[in-house]
Amino acid sequence: MLVTHARQLTFAHLWLAFLAFAVALVLGVWQMWARSPLPAPFVTASTYFSAVTAHGTAMAYVMPVFMIMGFGYYVAETALDRPLPAPRWAWSAFALGLAGALMATVTIFSGRAAVLFTFYPPLTASVFFYLGLVMVVAASWIWCVLMMVAMAQWKRANPGRPVPLAMFATVANAVMWLWTTIGVAAELLFQVIPAALGLKAQLDVGLSRTLFSWTLHAIVYFWLIPSYIAFYTMVPQAAGGRLYSDTMGRLTFILFLIYSLPVGLHHLLMDPQQSNAFKFLQVALTALVSVPTLLTVFTIGASLEIAGRLRGGRGLLGWIGALPWDRPLVLATGLAFLMLGFGGFGGLVNMSYGMNAMVHNTSWVTAHFHLIFGGTVVIMYFAIAYAIWPAVTGRAAPSLAAQRLQLWLWFAGMLVMTLPWHYLGLLGQWRRVATFNYADPIIAGWGPWVVVSLIGGVILLGSGLLFVLNLLQFNVSREPHAAAPGELYASAVHPPARVPAALNGFRLWNALVLVLMILAYGYPIAQFFVGDSPQALVHRVDERR
Amino acid sequence: MPISEEIIVRSELRWAAISVGVVSVIMIALIYAGLVHHINPPSNIERIDPKTLHLGGEFTEANLGTRVSGDGQVTSRIVATQFTFQPRCVVLPANRRVTLRFATPDVIHGILVSGTNVNTMIVPGYVSQVHTVFTRTGDLLMPCHEYCGLGHSEMSATVRVVPPDEFKPDAEGRVACDAR
Ligand code: HEM
Ligand SMILES: [Cu+2]
Ligand SMILES: [Cu+2]
Repeated sequence: MLVTHARQLTFAHLWLAFLAFAVALVLGVWQMWARSPLPAPFVTASTYFSAVTAHGTAMAYVMPVFMIMGFGYYVAETALDRPLPAPRWAWSAFALGLAGALMATVTIFSGRAAVLFTFYPPLTASVFFYLGLVMVVAASWIWCVLMMVAMAQWKRANPGRPVPLAMFATVANAVMWLWTTIGVAAELLFQVIPAALGLKAQLDVGLSRTLFSWTLHAIVYFWLIPSYIAFYTMVPQAAGGRLYSDTMGRLTFILFLIYSLPVGLHHLLMDPQQSNAFKFLQVALTALVSVPTLLTVFTIGASLEIAGRLRGGRGLLGWIGALPWDRPLVLATGLAFLMLGFGGFGGLVNMSYGMNAMVHNTSWVTAHFHLIFGGTVVIMYFAIAYAIWPAVTGRAAPSLAAQRLQLWLWFAGMLVMTLPWHYLGLLGQWRRVATFNYADPIIAGWGPWVVVSLIGGVILLGSGLLFVLNLLQFNVSREPHAAAPGELYASAVHPPARVPAALNGFRLWNALVLVLMILAYGYPIAQFFVGDSPQALVHRVDERR
Repeated sequence: MPISEEIIVRSELRWAAISVGVVSVIMIALIYAGLVHHINPPSNIERIDPKTLHLGGEFTEANLGTRVSGDGQVTSRIVATQFTFQPRCVVLPANRRVTLRFATPDVIHGILVSGTNVNTMIVPGYVSQVHTVFTRTGDLLMPCHEYCGLGHSEMSATVRVVPPDEFKPDAEGRVACDAR
């Protein structure tokens, strides 16, 4: 079922996400150009850091939030096969988020919010930047509630039956996102916004960094989960097979919910305000968060093997060649796994207690998250959009070849951009700098590698524009789309008739998250309320000189 | 479907056990590396009031730069401020354990020293302390690596690592770049 509301909601949300994405891509290429030895136009400190703020805000907050909301509405109707509850609330959330995104954008481009997407206090921007972000997050909270309500209504109507995996995973992400945003919301509401309004002249920076770290890791899994939903529920079907194990899918999403939260201190390994004991505890938990990804690689590999063998593939690896690589969803999955392989290795270095000192705040980190987030995650966003667009627009895809070309370009561009960027990080290139002094003998040698990265960026921009074009092509397509939207989802080899309550809801897991968060973050936050924790003076960036 | 449910469950469990095993081995390797190489992030939790940093105590102007104490310990004290370091150049001896101590009166900064493992955030309210041994001599870059405002890109200092026999403290135990 895909009635008008979800169809239009998905259409509107995904277009907003991809427009923000396209604008941010252009800024990204210009930033890389500014950092290269080639002379770039318009570069001043103010334009560069405003651009990075806009690029980071669009890519980290606006694009994923709207993508995830839009995809969630689609899943809620098609996987549950019932109309979305309270579509009016969904549209209000859309309007709220859109208004917030516009407000933040205008504030950034007026030069009053050059604080980057992490806005570390006591640097303080115009309050309209923060309010814009709050509105985007508030919109996503409405979405979270709608997803939970949709699942609850379905369970009431289907007592004892297992919630379809795609919806179970979507609600897992909604629940996780509510937990995730507590940290940044507390930081914004109690520290940053009062400072921006002039109500507070000083604030506790140790506390604000700790609260932000609460959000900073789990947000990565928020971005990632739609890709995993596609891996588990859409890819086996697109490949012509079955999902190897539905239970493993449920466990994976539950593990993400549990382990992506109590690990944020690993972003503060080089910070002086947290002790080794808690850093160490959270690094240990961080290692565990790789378990659900390893489980996924196995389950999806096995599901694809089933598909390959059904299509006549033989031998140990023959099934790989027999897969329908001409289908965008299958191709994107292969490319995403390759990028995950490269990126997983890099992640190991970041996580390592010792090696982190070598790469912290160098280009290694920026390159790493471009590869995993911009690469693995975003290529699946493309594939999801291609897969659901026929149902959303009611028209068949005009050209799968153009879609495949776009995906290959993204993969190639990502490698060309990020591999030298990683290398620059190892050489010691630090991040968040507008221009480098290439006259310095140490820095001079970096130049050629930055230029290669820039070429990768241009390829990515080309791919991104082709993606937008490919979506627009649906509008001129004459061929109506026939298949029912629900046919997108794979069934399991052994579809479960019943699952234990623990695997069909989140009550138990929420209790566990609460306990873990108290253990992992209780003292690290409480310490700022003991004795007199030092306060730093607010430094505004939005005053005209 | 030819595969029985039992086989699927068994293979998944086996793989889960392998995953947990691999992750545990990696964890142990990380712990071992951390302990053996004494790699410890700056986690000393020493509070200092950023507003009165320059008025008294360790980080007043007269105390900044490299100093050798009576018992032979080498310590460099550096203030990071929008958008410069005080001092902008410090001298340190090669092949000897040295301590770097940083503080800031204004916003968040951070440093790395190019080609070494020296890396820390500098957070207003705290002293960041790093111990290291420099093995290569020469002028190393020490840029600010956390965005601290519009002048951030230009914020950089020099760490001058000299051979031990060229490292000559004056009567008060001080060594400065321009004095050499
Ligand atoms: C054409 C492709 C892209 C190029 C050339 C590019 C380039 C850049 C550059 C040069 C920076 C600034 C790094 C610094 O100052 O240290 C940056 C930051 C960032 N990029 Fe991209 N980017 C691209 C695509 C993406 C994509 C697809 C995403 C995620 C979906 C993304 C997410 C981010 C984020 C979150 C930041 C903020 C980092 C910070 O504040 O330090 N970028 N990008
Ligand atoms: Cu993280
Ligand atoms: Cu700086």
